[in-house]
Amino acid sequence: MASIAHWIKSFTLWELLKGMRLTGRYLFSRKITVQYPEEKTPMSPRFRGLHALRRYKNGEERCIACKLCEAVCPALAITIDSEQREDGTRRTTRYDIDLFKCIFCGFCEEACPVDSIVETRHFEYHFENQGDQIMTKSDLLKIGDRFEDQIAADRKADAPYR
Amino acid sequence: MSDASTVTIEIDGKTLEVKAGVMLIDIADDANIDIPRFCYHRHLTIAANCRMCLVDVENAPKPLPACATPVMDGMKVHTKSARAIAAQKATMEFLLINHPLDCPICDQGGECELQDVAMAYGGDVSRYTEGKRVVKDKDIGPLISTDLTRCIHCTRCIRFGEEIAGLRELGATGRGENMQIGTYIEHAVSSELSGNVIDLCPVGALTAKPSRYSARAWELNQYPSIAAHDCIGSHLSVHTFRSDTNRIVPIENSEINECWLSDRDRFSYKGLTSRDRLLKPMIKMDGQWRETDWQTALEKTFAAMQDTIRNYGADQIGVLASPNSTLEELYLLKKLTSNIDCFNFDHRLRQLDFSHQDQAPMIPTLGSSITDLESLDSVLLIGSNISKEQPMLGIRLRKAQKKGAKICQINHRVYDLRMPCEVGIAAHYRNLVLELAAVAKALNIDSSLLPHAANTLFVQAQILEKHSQIAEILKNGEKSHVILGNQAISSPYYSLVEIFARAIATSCNCLFGYLTDGANATGAWLTGAIPHRDYNGASQKTAGLNAQSMLEQPRNLYLLHNIEIDYDCADPVTALSAVASSDFVVCMTPYVSSDMQNYADILLPISPYLETSGTFINIEGRVQTFAGASKLKNSEARPAWKIIRVLGNYFDIDGFEFNSSKEILEEIERTIGEFKGDNTATITEATALADKEDVIYRCSEVNMYHSDSIVRRSEPLQNTPEAKEDRIHINADLAKKLNLERATQVLVKHGNKTIAMHLAIDDTVANDCAWTSFATATSKKLGPMYGVIELEAD
Repeated sequence: MASIAHWIKSFTLWELLKGMRLTGRYLFSRKITVQYPEEKTPMSPRFRGLHALRRYKNGEERCIACKLCEAVCPALAITIDSEQREDGTRRTTRYDIDLFKCIFCGFCEEACPVDSIVETRHFEYHFENQGDQIMTKSDLLKIGDRFEDQIAADRKADAPYR
Repeated sequence: MSDASTVTIEIDGKTLEVKAGVMLIDIADDANIDIPRFCYHRHLTIAANCRMCLVDVENAPKPLPACATPVMDGMKVHTKSARAIAAQKATMEFLLINHPLDCPICDQGGECELQDVAMAYGGDVSRYTEGKRVVKDKDIGPLISTDLTRCIHCTRCIRFGEEIAGLRELGATGRGENMQIGTYIEHAVSSELSGNVIDLCPVGALTAKPSRYSARAWELNQYPSIAAHDCIGSHLSVHTFRSDTNRIVPIENSEINECWLSDRDRFSYKGLTSRDRLLKPMIKMDGQWRETDWQTALEKTFAAMQDTIRNYGADQIGVLASPNSTLEELYLLKKLTSNIDCFNFDHRLRQLDFSHQDQAPMIPTLGSSITDLESLDSVLLIGSNISKEQPMLGIRLRKAQKKGAKICQINHRVYDLRMPCEVGIAAHYRNLVLELAAVAKALNIDSSLLPHAANTLFVQAQILEKHSQIAEILKNGEKSHVILGNQAISSPYYSLVEIFARAIATSCNCLFGYLTDGANATGAWLTGAIPHRDYNGASQKTAGLNAQSMLEQPRNLYLLHNIEIDYDCADPVTALSAVASSDFVVCMTPYVSSDMQNYADILLPISPYLETSGTFINIEGRVQTFAGASKLKNSEARPAWKIIRVLGNYFDIDGFEFNSSKEILEEIERTIGEFKGDNTATITEATALADKEDVIYRCSEVNMYHSDSIVRRSEPLQNTPEAKEDRIHINADLAKKLNLERATQVLVKHGNKTIAMHLAIDDTVANDCAWTSFATATSKKLGPMYGVIELEAD
């Protein structure tokens, strides 16, 4: 009996029709393709993109060189040197993140007691020279300055869940 | 039922047989039962003021502090019962009321006792919303940084000052919440042991200033090492941060340094990264310094040495080595020099009287173990400021003194030994001999045993009350010790001092010992870094010139190992002119100075202590080997033993095929074998005492923060008031005699040198004596450590 059914299906192109039905359904359904880079997908406020170092509103850098991010980093991507600044506060003299090592896990952000190191929504960047992948303290602070409004809004949006 | 001395107690269900009367916390520590604590410290007295160690004792109405509760028979203790945990939690909550919760910016973060205990015993939420106490930080000098808001009033630092350092510098003012730790009047702490409060402080209130905020505890690598600035050889742990030494902390060793470390050993590492470091071999060509490679530098050194030997004889080579050099370096230098028939090799740079060197014991030692100093009944210190020169021994003597030992000193100045002194005699270097003769006479020693030079002094000596007192104290002590300090050894009448000191020691049946300069003087004697003896005290075919004669009779070529001749020699002026007049000077040195550039012809960079491996023999005769810990970036410095080894290869001497310092040590062990630190000797040779004149005698003490080239370059140590002490001290009588009572500056004439110095009127100084600190920038312009000087108002 099964062999007869198979024989009929083979000659009526039944499988093909089944496939065409699926194709037909998608042909008329609503499209979800995003025309990147003209169009972009929505993003969570928790998105973990390029790192940034933030400042307080008065322009003072937040980072206090506690080195917790460096300690927690599973990829050993962060390198920090610290010293006592002239005003007596504890500050970094070097804050490097090697983006080739970084796995964007976001632990640094979680470890930071002053919300200084954060991961922004920015993920579109490239390097042109070897060595460019090491983000220095000034690079990171610049990114922080550039995206501060977004960063602040994202932290605020996520605050109830933290 | 156990006998009276032991009792049976139970802690957390564990039955323990323990000694009666011991505190509960000690028992728990020995049994590995964890009890949290802040104020309790094994080496300090019990204060019981932090209340963190409260434990639940059955049948006691309230929880009891384990640190102040002696064990009693049948006691049942619970450290984890509900009542104990409630008490610990409550204490923790009270402590955290005023303690800031900003661990991320605290330098103690990660190694903080409060942080650890809060994690284990504290609550997870703070219920305290009121304002917190804030205390203004105090500036207590260049070594310790204060953050007094963090203080939890455990008073460990105060108790340390009173009980161990013997100097009440830190204290508490106010009560309760208003209690503050400070120096009463703001000043830099001056104790030579002050750095220990950094280790003692359980929180971040007192932290190390030189390494402040530079690294976290978890980033540091630890390497065990041996301290290199005094003859004690304290055990220390070098903490490095990416190959740089970040800090140094003590390693507990009950036989040497307990858990303490002197500031000099703790902070000298800052000198390792000084700008003066010599990074590459340098060679002087036509008066210009050029960098060169190792091969050229060593070939030139070899060629210069060979030229001198060929043209003038090996006797025209002088080799001076620092007593801070390792055993391996000194052994190889001896092997090299004796193989080329040069016997002018010495390490006794700060010695002036060598007349009795042939009769000296094989190696100078303390004459007892360091721990035994604690059980002494009486001590006579001759020419020693022990608490500054060997701070670790100062601690031991202070302990002995607390148990009732009587301390006497005969010094150029009655030093503040940080403990009460029974008798203190101040005498300049000439009178010091007479004072000793008087003590010997008060002891009725058999004068026929004394050599002629000493005998005449003995006959003339007048016994005063102080001399009889010292004699009584030494005689009555069951265990007494006569110690010759660094200043006695560098005295121009060292031989006479030693003759009388030995006579005194013999007649009272006392121990007799030396305190030597540098970290490895004992090792230097053992390896034959002396001109008149071979390894292990064996005789040698000819005797060479000693350190002083080598400089008084300039040699053609000098090989200087690890010294700065203008600071490390007893007579800097003669030393400088000797090297300046010689044809060729090779400096094996970690540092270069402008003076060195003037007199040297080749500079070979050697790795200083902490960067090289080696062995020191301390004053007890204890052999201690260490490995290198840190490395200077961009430096071509090599361990000195490698340099000497290559020189040996150039001279084609057999037995210079070493590949590690360990191999050298093995050879030393084979050739020298077992050695015994025995101070027995009969001294008959002596320098005659000069006639008494109405002159001023200059006496010097090596400034503890200028003792060697590393210490001299440690910035934090150089910023202490102690390092800046550069005045000439005279007593009020002498000032009156010279009409200098109002003067602040004087002209000091020593030999043909005249310089201006600041004057300090100081009644601890002996009559007719001018006391200066030595190895400083001022003292190097003046003549030898000891001598006759003239003073006049500037």
